[in-house]
Amino acid sequence: MKNLKLASVSALTVAAASMASTAQAEDLTLCWAAWDPANALVELSKEFESQSGHNMSFEFIPWPNFADRMLNELNSGGKLCDLLIGDSQWIGGGAENGHYVKLNDFFDKEGISMSDFADATVYAYSTWPKGTPNYYALPAMGDANGWFYRKDWFARDDIKAAFKDATGRELAEPKSQKELLEIAQFFQGREIDGKTVYGASIFTERGSEGITMGVTSALYPWGFKYENTPGSYDMDGAVNSPEAVEALEFYKEFYETATPPGYTNSYMGESLDAFKSGQVAMAMNWFAFFPGLYADPNTGGDKIDFFVNPPQNQAGSTLGGQGISVVAYSDKQDAALEYIKWFANPDVQAKWWSLGGYSAHNSVLNDPGFTDSAPFAGDFLEAMGSVQDFWQEPAYAELLLAMQKRLHDYIVADQGTAQEALDKLVEDWTEVFEDEGKL
Amino acid sequence: MSSFSVTEPSKRSKWFAGTMVVIYALVTMVPLAWIMLTGFKSPADAISYPPKVVFEPTLEGYVNLFTTRTRQTPEFLAANPPETWYDEIVREYDMVIAGPSKFGERFLNSVIIGFGSTFLSIFLGTLAAYAFSRFKIPLADDLLFFILSTRMMPPIAVAIPIFLMYRQLGLSDTHLGMILLYTGVNISLAVWLLKGFIDEIPLEYEEAALIDGYTRFQAFYKVVLPQAATGIASTAIFCLIFAWNEYAFAVLLTSGTAQTAPPFIPTIIGVGGLDWPAVAAGATIFLLPVMIFTILLRKHLLRGITFGAVRK
Amino acid sequence: MSETPVTRAAAATPKRVARRIKGLSDRAIAWIFVAPTIFLLLAINIFPLIWTINLSFTNFKANRIGREVKNVGLRNYERILTDSDIWLNMQATAHFLFWTIFFQVLIGFTLAYLINKKFKGNDLWTTIIVLPMMLSPAVVGNFWKFLYQPQIGLFNYIVAFFTGKDPSSFEMLGSVQLAPWSIVIVDTWMWTPFVMLICLAGLRSIPDYIYEAAEVDRASKLRQFFTITIPMVLPFLMLAVLFRGIENFKMFDLVVQLTGGGPGSTTELTSINLKREAFEKWRTGYASAYAIILFVTVFGLASIYVKALNKVKER
Repeated sequence: MKNLKLASVSALTVAAASMASTAQAEDLTLCWAAWDPANALVELSKEFESQSGHNMSFEFIPWPNFADRMLNELNSGGKLCDLLIGDSQWIGGGAENGHYVKLNDFFDKEGISMSDFADATVYAYSTWPKGTPNYYALPAMGDANGWFYRKDWFARDDIKAAFKDATGRELAEPKSQKELLEIAQFFQGREIDGKTVYGASIFTERGSEGITMGVTSALYPWGFKYENTPGSYDMDGAVNSPEAVEALEFYKEFYETATPPGYTNSYMGESLDAFKSGQVAMAMNWFAFFPGLYADPNTGGDKIDFFVNPPQNQAGSTLGGQGISVVAYSDKQDAALEYIKWFANPDVQAKWWSLGGYSAHNSVLNDPGFTDSAPFAGDFLEAMGSVQDFWQEPAYAELLLAMQKRLHDYIVADQGTAQEALDKLVEDWTEVFEDEGKL
Repeated sequence: MSSFSVTEPSKRSKWFAGTMVVIYALVTMVPLAWIMLTGFKSPADAISYPPKVVFEPTLEGYVNLFTTRTRQTPEFLAANPPETWYDEIVREYDMVIAGPSKFGERFLNSVIIGFGSTFLSIFLGTLAAYAFSRFKIPLADDLLFFILSTRMMPPIAVAIPIFLMYRQLGLSDTHLGMILLYTGVNISLAVWLLKGFIDEIPLEYEEAALIDGYTRFQAFYKVVLPQAATGIASTAIFCLIFAWNEYAFAVLLTSGTAQTAPPFIPTIIGVGGLDWPAVAAGATIFLLPVMIFTILLRKHLLRGITFGAVRK
Repeated sequence: MSETPVTRAAAATPKRVARRIKGLSDRAIAWIFVAPTIFLLLAINIFPLIWTINLSFTNFKANRIGREVKNVGLRNYERILTDSDIWLNMQATAHFLFWTIFFQVLIGFTLAYLINKKFKGNDLWTTIIVLPMMLSPAVVGNFWKFLYQPQIGLFNYIVAFFTGKDPSSFEMLGSVQLAPWSIVIVDTWMWTPFVMLICLAGLRSIPDYIYEAAEVDRASKLRQFFTITIPMVLPFLMLAVLFRGIENFKMFDLVVQLTGGGPGSTTELTSINLKREAFEKWRTGYASAYAIILFVTVFGLASIYVKALNKVKER
């Protein structure tokens, strides 16, 4: 009852605010990647449309083109997007190059407090310079790279027995990266129901960020560090440390011995396809897809379960997720801010989670019922506890592209050694930071 | 030698040549035919193994191409029976049509930018070609060669300064910006081709018109233009096809408002990966006009693709 | 050239009419007609080119507007020319250029030769063969990617059908060995008709009487082919090679859709690499230097080639 009352009160204030701030209804365009959560956001936003009178349209771009297209749009000063749910690594550039509107004053005025959102998400999605109270986005969608598997296969007695024979262990969710590989290798090429299946589908995409996001999921558990001392940009000995080399060799072995043929350039879509078509026993992908996977009529429901990226030397997951920002070139910033204000509302956040969006709001995450609200909800909380992100520097694209090239050259094109790949990466990155004047 | 003329090939060699060419033509058509067929497949048939040649045709690809769809609860579906044939198609997947997709807009952008830039190229190109053909213009040869050499730049290289310039002028992602850019690229082709066509029009016609008391402007549009009509039409089609097919500039300089179909079609995704039947449907709709134009153009094809260097 | 149509017309024109023509002088008309085109070319081609040259000496980054722009002299050029990765891109481009032209000339000439046998319906079949080259390379690249899919793709299936291999045992786009050839195959499929059309024009330009004379001299068909057909078609063929060379040196859309430069960097042609530098890393100054190097290369090679072409024509 109390909640309901609160909701209607806040709805009223939003409505009042909208009437006060804008005389006419605006057509707002929100830009994001084209994926399951985006459809949920369309559904969610209908409420905003009816409350505010503004009209929402959406520009959703497939992931492989998303960064490319949106950064181009921002750099050309384009007015296509009023609101942008931009990737976490863009925040440095978005802030320093003036693409994003700084939100501090707005937050203060509207009483939106960043302490209402999970710390890790605020740090990763909103702040620049990192960790300072300068906010350029509101955490919109928490995310991390996780795993899912065929629970029905894992539960079959014949498969369990065969696994025990092969490895001497019980078949269960892996507790380490090496167990993960062992399970994947076990399934590789196995006949299940008359069909050849494979171990796992992992990220190997070259064009945008795929292979980096996949490899870092191995690097972080091995204890990978970007710098010897944070903030010093001294990467030699950290980026190419023996642990990093081992992790990279591990990922290559994984790629060569436990993935389906033809997955030389695969990212989110390919990973989903491989799993949904019953080709693989396990797959890596972002938590964002898990609600959709769970709902899938063929491979969802009781056939699927989820686990956090397994630890090795330590726990570590690759961070995904985005904050929502107001684009500085938009002519409709007031209406766009209204949307953010509406979106920050705890009731809207609760509905966001129920529709399949990963709310980062503490009122949702700390709710006692949260862990049981979905089979992956607990895993999500666990993953978010040990996430690491790629560089968020304004020069992030240069850093990322260098890493994409070095990784793909080594893993997929089979050139050189892991040590050479990482040594070259240190050289590339050093050059970038020299150009930046930071070294 | 059985035949009268030594240059007339024998019956047997004709038959052999004909067979080989027909085989090549059929093989070369396979990819195109395949993509058109895929447009009428269901997503499951499109990715089946082995590839299906015989299948039950469906318009699903075309429906998916033009609409956006959302999943709905069984209660909602039961309460709202499908109203149209395309509703029924998406209902099979427990989805409802949420609205039109962006394909229509992007296709319209292609039409606007294609025709806009073609019109401008032809208008300016005809004037310039007439001047180059009929008047003495200092450094004409150098100018013409220079116009041509700008086509040697990779489009990505040209796009760097254009990007900066358009950002300054606010022309990024606008129809006007793309029309001007494509005109700038096409005009060299237009001038070269049109000059060739106008050169072929005998001077005597104009001279006669001038003697009859026409001013030069009148002679130009009452005598030269009608004579050059075929040439102008085929040049226009070449300009249109270039603008229609162009990808590099479109992908770098547009993001939504003025985005054309080529950068859009490869990004049509369904649930999970690419929605191949919808991509194929989009490709079919997009490629058909060009195929028709090619057939119309066949007599002037050679001239167009070689910048008028080969005239036959 | 001193006698222009205008002076001729003027000379042939009675005085009274001549005055009317001069209402707006021909020179004025010429400039009015040419000026808009020149202006557009200056704005869209020349000015940007000069700007690019200027940028190529700086460390400018188009995504960092507030950052101080420094003149770095020839440093960008030095970095590019000494970067071993860029030489690998150049090699990939050279491989692509050489083999596409090789196959297109071979198949294109053969086809033209066959079509020139003037069998019934050759016009219709020529039109059909020509279709692929008029299509959008990006869309073509995209659907060839579909044909190349291991297992489900038609290409692998057809190869498997004829060789007995497992269609999922090889990946045209994913393997380091096959990817450079898969882009050659698509480009050859698309552009062979271009070479064919030009060769056909060359073959048709050979007057019958030359063959008739050779026949009188009792020259064998094979001899006629090498002493008449080939030399007469050569200028046309060289022109076709020039056009294909320039186009494929600039190649971007088709390959970017097919492989995106992968696997690793095996099919990363210079244009794809340039796009990464300019519009993904936003190293505008560096990319400008890169662009100028490419432009000078293609312009230089083309000029040398055109000289050779003119020599052949003179013969």
